[in-house]
Amino acid sequence: MKKAIDSIMPSSSAGMSRIDGRLKVTGAAKYSAEYTPAGLTYGVLVGSTITKGSITSIDTKAAGQAPGVLAVITHLNAPKVPGDQPEGGKPVPPKGAFKVFYDDKIYYNGQPIALVIADTFERALFGASLVKAQYHTDKHITNLPDNRSNGFPPRGEGTYKRGTEDAWKAAPFKVEQEYIVPTVTHNPMELHAIIANWDADNKLSVWDKTQGVKGTQEDLAHLFKLPVENVQVHSQFVGGAFGSALRTWPHEVAAIIGAKVVKKPVKLVLSRADMFTSVGYRPFTWQKIAIGATADGKLTGITHEAAGQTSSYENFTEGPTGVSQNLYACPNVNTKYHLVALDIATPTWMRGPGEATGSFALESALDELSYSLKLDPVELRLRNYAEKDPESGKPFSSKFLNEAYQLGADHIGWSERKQEPASVKKDGWLVGYGMAGGMFGAYRSGATIRAKMNTDGSLLLQSAVSDIGPGTGTAMVLIASEQMGIPAEKIRFEMGDSSLPNAPTQGGSATTASVGSAVYQACADLKEKFQKLIGNGGTDKPDYAKVLKEHNLPSLEVVTETGGGNGMEKYAMNSWSVHFVKVLVNPATGVVKIDKVACVADSGHIISPKTARSQVVGGAIGGIGMALMEESIIDHRYGRYINNNFADYHVPVNADIPQIDALFVNKPDPIINPMGAKGMAEIALIGMAAAVANAVYNASGKRVRDLPITPDKVMA
Amino acid sequence: MKQFQYVRPATQQGVLDVINKPGTKIIAGGTNLVDLMKRGVTAPDKLVDINQLPLKTIAATKTGLHIGALALNSVVSENAVVADKHPLLAMALKAGASPQLRNMATVGGNMMQRTRCGYFYDVTMPCNKRAPGTGCGAIEGINRMHAIFGASPQCIAVHPSDMCVALAALDATVIVAGKKGERRLPFTEFHRLPGDHPELDNHLAKDELITGVEIPDNNFAKNSYYLKIRDRQSYAFALVSVAAALDIENGTIKDARLAMGGVAHKPWRLFDAEKSLIGKKATEENFEHAAQLAMRGAKGYGNNSFKLKLAPATIAEALKHAAGLV
Ligand SMILES: Cc1cc2nc3c(=O)[nH]c(=O)nc-3n(C[C@H](O)[C@H](O)[C@H](O)COP(=O)(O)OP(=O)(O)OC[C@H]3O[C@@H](n4cnc5c(N)ncnc54)[C@H](O)[C@@H]3O)c2cc1C
Repeated sequence: MKKAIDSIMPSSSAGMSRIDGRLKVTGAAKYSAEYTPAGLTYGVLVGSTITKGSITSIDTKAAGQAPGVLAVITHLNAPKVPGDQPEGGKPVPPKGAFKVFYDDKIYYNGQPIALVIADTFERALFGASLVKAQYHTDKHITNLPDNRSNGFPPRGEGTYKRGTEDAWKAAPFKVEQEYIVPTVTHNPMELHAIIANWDADNKLSVWDKTQGVKGTQEDLAHLFKLPVENVQVHSQFVGGAFGSALRTWPHEVAAIIGAKVVKKPVKLVLSRADMFTSVGYRPFTWQKIAIGATADGKLTGITHEAAGQTSSYENFTEGPTGVSQNLYACPNVNTKYHLVALDIATPTWMRGPGEATGSFALESALDELSYSLKLDPVELRLRNYAEKDPESGKPFSSKFLNEAYQLGADHIGWSERKQEPASVKKDGWLVGYGMAGGMFGAYRSGATIRAKMNTDGSLLLQSAVSDIGPGTGTAMVLIASEQMGIPAEKIRFEMGDSSLPNAPTQGGSATTASVGSAVYQACADLKEKFQKLIGNGGTDKPDYAKVLKEHNLPSLEVVTETGGGNGMEKYAMNSWSVHFVKVLVNPATGVVKIDKVACVADSGHIISPKTARSQVVGGAIGGIGMALMEESIIDHRYGRYINNNFADYHVPVNADIPQIDALFVNKPDPIINPMGAKGMAEIALIGMAAAVANAVYNASGKRVRDLPITPDKVMA
Repeated sequence: MKQFQYVRPATQQGVLDVINKPGTKIIAGGTNLVDLMKRGVTAPDKLVDINQLPLKTIAATKTGLHIGALALNSVVSENAVVADKHPLLAMALKAGASPQLRNMATVGGNMMQRTRCGYFYDVTMPCNKRAPGTGCGAIEGINRMHAIFGASPQCIAVHPSDMCVALAALDATVIVAGKKGERRLPFTEFHRLPGDHPELDNHLAKDELITGVEIPDNNFAKNSYYLKIRDRQSYAFALVSVAAALDIENGTIKDARLAMGGVAHKPWRLFDAEKSLIGKKATEENFEHAAQLAMRGAKGYGNNSFKLKLAPATIAEALKHAAGLV
């Protein structure tokens, strides 16, 4: 049953802690790699040591004879993956990035060429070290800046134009600059892991790190030509995934092939080094922005060009120029987006995909413009405030970004900021302030919830949705608690298993809007069922346990499906954010210290304040990492990453992070869903890198346009 | 990981009896060695765990302070005598690694830790230090972290330690036990430059064991500073670090010690710069002059050329901190 939903949810109970917090901090929460089915074996992948070419021979003899080794699988002996095989004589596109162990082709350095399975992890690791391949090597390219001219427009996303092309050129005030966002690798604390087991010849179970058990189930059923219900995907806890687990990757397929060969469960955990080549990353992107403005700061034209890297075997697009189309009311905008195919693994979405990259360029350029106009950067943004969607002309379902600017400015002490760069010094450090904003589409898709009230008054909610960390379960429990009028402790939310009712993959900041709407409606349906039992005149929130007992019922259950995307035809729907940053810059050594951060989210009504705060703080930290230190470096002579470990690839540590104030406009969106809640995950990061770069400029007079902002780029 | 034997001798003699056999390696805290084994950079047949040996003491001697080779980095950094007499050492230790690592890492292991050069760590890459004769990947490659002093065409790796920079500045002595008895060598002569043999990091013989270090008494406690510049505020190796120790009387520098980390194959003592400071006033100008002197002979290799500017800036900053000017 699909239902239209139109009421607005009142403010929900504040301050509840994460429902699975205790499980997580005590180690009781079980992650995919922690299951121990009987007969468990261990797989280790062997990666290609060349970047492009083909395998001419592969010696697996020593590995095969090593102690404890059960199997060595390569393209020469791997059982065929039915979904990878040609159909009617025609090759089919791969489901998992590329077809692992399918043929002798090498697309990138580190590509899996063999899987060694042994009775212990250590023995598998040793076995893997003994596999030796010979290659035919072709010339590779892994460097985007040198190969930008070989770019091509991706289908449907190449160019955009509104108004006059390159209108910025005629403006009295203008900025034209190039910006670089380097490759930033997915490095959640939990490594990607899978345990695969064939329960029968045509029945597969996996414990897998995934952002969507249903999506994984479908992919695997397709690949191994199994009925969907014969594939079970378990992913109860996910130790962080910011886009890396949105799709099926070759290592997952490899483990399943391995389990088929050894006829035992196979556990495959990627190493930290594997993470750099196996599960996508934010692609290296070159951008050029040109903005023109009138003397009073009205934008007259934006031209935004971007070239992002992709692999040689797939086109990954993320629309980095989109932000220039929508963020400001500018009559003339033209954008151009190219992909450059390189001999590297395919990139993927990473928190704030596209927008995070695009906003670094746009919001940096706007800051540069503010200095040439001698205009406060907040004021410049207010003068170009979009009251309706500049692209479609549709009204926004809600937009309180102006309030967000005010909140953030007040919190950071924006009035202390001096327009003149490098003009404030305290205790030997230069002091500066910067700000930048971001936006992300507010999406919603269909979801199903099973809600069951038991005679002890406890409520069970079930959904296949994953919780990659934001506290989805917590938010769902809060919605149900409010709707049913029962305490949160009485509610259990079961998730992360393909046997549960359908839910979308967790991504695009859409889970609360999608699954939350289903929870909301399931509660309404359940209450209606109770109403029918009680008959007319009963209260809306009766003593459920009592009613069940009176009617001699063991439980009462509903399964409710809600639809997605409502309102999209009439309204433009977005979440908005603005980040304010205060930095200290050492004038001699170029060291940048973040002194204070205030992030404001306009993401509608806040359902779970505590986990919402954590999300914003986490996003801001991700943004600080992007701004100051994260960069995966390839030695282009070899096509190999040189810093693929946690000693050399830096993510922020506690010492890098000051107190971060997470602030919310907290006004419901009347259109998107009955809770009035919009997405939060992406906007928490989008704009952060530019805010830091802008603050560094204000402090030091150094404009860094190629991330990350390391001391060498800032130093005098 | 290759299978290996593991022994834990109870006595120093027991250790000395086994360590000179080929394929044998000492293990102390294991924080460096085990990583290298996992990456296949080293693959010993036998590990000799020395943690049974009584080499943990930190004690004053007639002439200085003796620190056992097995004293933990965390313990040394928090020791009251160290804090009182050699705060420079405590500061350097605390600037290194993370608390968890410092709780395992030993003084001897810290001295013997290998370079963090990415080409050294990746067994598919050329590296003369790991596999002599294969070439240097870094010299024309990614060398942001690499040496600007004393490098050779064979190798531009740096010694990554912070502790060693302080010990080099403080004129420490290394005490070594071997089959023939004890040997003492100045800390500044313990590590070596790469030359034509980058596979050798130092002058410790294969059959020798570090038993401790000794720091002579000095007058630097009041005016010492360790300044480490890195890509994040904690838990990162130095781009450049400086250990600065001054003996100042009435605004005049009586004696000075300076050493740098992150710039050479060994902790890099700045003898000329030290000399230039003696008898001078503790002023920003004099510090900047000393910093310039220290840069003689420096050479950048591309990615790391920024160090030619960062190093003198860091020296001057460290001296200012040591002198209490900031
Ligand atoms: C992620 C990471 C970050 C780090 N960051 C820093 C940093 O910022 N600054 C810094 O200074 N260090 C840093 N370190 C390195 C750390 O200080 C060293 O790993 C540690 O000091 C090594 O000591 P250990 O006792 O664990 O040595 P082990 O790993 O046990 O041994 C290292 C080597 O020393 C030899 N050895 C050990 N003891 C003796 C002895 N008594 N006589 C002769 N040979 C001996 C061993 O044979 C081996 O070759 C970092 C390490 C890691 C993993």
